[in-house]
Amino acid sequence: MSRELPRWIDVGLIPAVNILLAFLVAGAVVLVAGENPLDALSVLVTGAFGYDEAIGYTLYYATNLVFTGLAVAVAFHAGLFNIGGEGQAYIGGLGVGLVALGLDAWLPGWALIPVAIAAAGLSGAAWAFLPGWLQAHRGSHVVITTIMFNFLASALMVHLMVNVLIQPGQMSPESREFEPTVWLPFVHEMLGAVGIPVARSPLNLSILWAALACVFVWLLIYRTRWGYAIRTVGHNEPAAVYAGIDPKRVVVVTMCISGALAGFVGINEILGVHHRLLLNFTAGYGFTGIAVALMGRAHPVGIVLASLLFGALYQGGTELDFEFDNITRDMVVVIQGLVILFSGALAYMLNPLALRLWRRMRREDAA
Amino acid sequence: MSEAWLLVLLTLDATVRVAAPLILASMAGLFSERSGVIDIGLEGKMLAGAFAAAATAAVTGSAWVGLLVAVLVSCCLALLHGLACITYRGNQVVSGVAINVMVAGLTVVLGIAWFDQGGQTPALAHGARFAPIELPFAEALRGVPVIGDLYYELLSGHNILVYTALAAVPAAWWVVFRTRFGLRLRAVGETPAAVDTAGISVEWLRYRAVLVTGALCGVAGAYLSTAQSAGFVRDMTAGKGYIALAALIFGKWRPVPAFLACVLFGFLDAAATRLQGVELPGIGQAPVALIQALPYALTVILLAGFIGKAIAPKAIGVPYVKER
Repeated sequence: MSRELPRWIDVGLIPAVNILLAFLVAGAVVLVAGENPLDALSVLVTGAFGYDEAIGYTLYYATNLVFTGLAVAVAFHAGLFNIGGEGQAYIGGLGVGLVALGLDAWLPGWALIPVAIAAAGLSGAAWAFLPGWLQAHRGSHVVITTIMFNFLASALMVHLMVNVLIQPGQMSPESREFEPTVWLPFVHEMLGAVGIPVARSPLNLSILWAALACVFVWLLIYRTRWGYAIRTVGHNEPAAVYAGIDPKRVVVVTMCISGALAGFVGINEILGVHHRLLLNFTAGYGFTGIAVALMGRAHPVGIVLASLLFGALYQGGTELDFEFDNITRDMVVVIQGLVILFSGALAYMLNPLALRLWRRMRREDAA
Repeated sequence: MSEAWLLVLLTLDATVRVAAPLILASMAGLFSERSGVIDIGLEGKMLAGAFAAAATAAVTGSAWVGLLVAVLVSCCLALLHGLACITYRGNQVVSGVAINVMVAGLTVVLGIAWFDQGGQTPALAHGARFAPIELPFAEALRGVPVIGDLYYELLSGHNILVYTALAAVPAAWWVVFRTRFGLRLRAVGETPAAVDTAGISVEWLRYRAVLVTGALCGVAGAYLSTAQSAGFVRDMTAGKGYIALAALIFGKWRPVPAFLACVLFGFLDAAATRLQGVELPGIGQAPVALIQALPYALTVILLAGFIGKAIAPKAIGVPYVKER
């Protein structure tokens, strides 16, 4: 039906209008809460980009969202819905933490950091492997199993942090701090070292890894045999079988890649910012990844843009707390939900309308 | 009464209280999923119901008005889900996630804007909550060993919504398996084309199913904020919607097994709470977090086909496209 529409309407205009609708409804919520939506918007924008420190924070949040957004997107391409980014990121962080806790006395940073990155990827992938395998071989729906695995990850972490990994003689469930030699360098430290003064922020070297991940995903999906197999399975499984592709293998491997990408959140959070293992460091990035992937239309470029937008919302949202009595950063969660609604669930709502308008326009041109 | 017996009774009593919202949400999910519409959004509808009930009860002072508004709000969300999934044939999982995320934010934003208590609603006075009901002869039978104890401690003294939850199970069974609506509901979840051929509107049937889901989720939410506790706190569902969904799957989309799964999951939760900080012989500190994770682990094992096979309604997740 929508094949009749030109590309610029289908992938440009309609998604843009959907996002606009999401923000209009969000504006209405702000109005109901008794504040001026335009004021709120301007606070959000200044909070996110208005000063050096804010930009650092925005990019730091965006780093996490690139990882989880890519994770959801890769699974989308194979027709899979990975809701488990949250759990995979959690376990990825656990992998990083265990490597750092075990080896930080023995290995210098340049040797440990690659090991930690590998650990993040492997543990994230391991947490996604089982749902993937169950989907492929036992027909268990990956949506349900990944939800369950989110809760299992959370329970496992609570158990480990409270009973096993907690630093002795301490009340809060946190591990000991890693040796400073293995911390990922902060961007403000690195740029400061070469004489460029930048405000302090949690932004660290993992943003480069996020950029590499984007390139990797683009190459994988659009430029390799594997990516072709993934997209074929996603579009038309029987056709994939005819083409000699084994959908079961593709499902399992795609879920592992997806899980590994989500697991990299652990690098940014554990090795880059907190420098210790703790609870709840994933803070909903896995779910925001769904909004990011939908908004970015599962393409790495779109995901980078959507991550920047949501990173800005996260950072600008903290500013809402200070500036307004009636709205808080929870407003960002509302916006996130609305984006998922309008650019995900209601993505095709406008197509029939657009098609009617387009036909009328063309008739008038012809006449 | 011996101490061990009392402990058993109190744990079972806690099980009933924890299981009640799970039962309501599970029966809610049953209708939507049996009609072929996946509902990840049980959690969000419950949370919205909990907020609506507590906010309304705080303002009007009536728990019943609160319940009514909770049902209305939850039904509105159900209609939104229906609009996205049935009318616009969007992705049902995405729609459910959208509702969950949106409600998680909205309840807090509106809570702070309206009540200015950090996202909570004001503590409810006695009349604005559902109070425990003493069943007839509970006091008189109290002296009778075993039966009297069971009747007094376990069955009597719950609020009306707990009894509603218990009544919802046979009611759901009767509607789904013994009425014309139920027959069509099951048919539309398996082969919607056949229902369409019989001249029955697939869309209208599915809309009615998601509305029932919405209504029951609203009751479950009202239970949380106006019966079990005295007000709304942020994220007060804390994954109960997902546990209810797990119980529904665990019960293979049938009312009575789903009810039993809810009771099992409720018992695990109640037992874990009671074991908090208890030293177990041979194990040491009871692994409370791991016990609380058991419902999820059991559901995964079931889905993997190791405890029987959970077969979903055949047309679940597939929007119906009428041939033109």
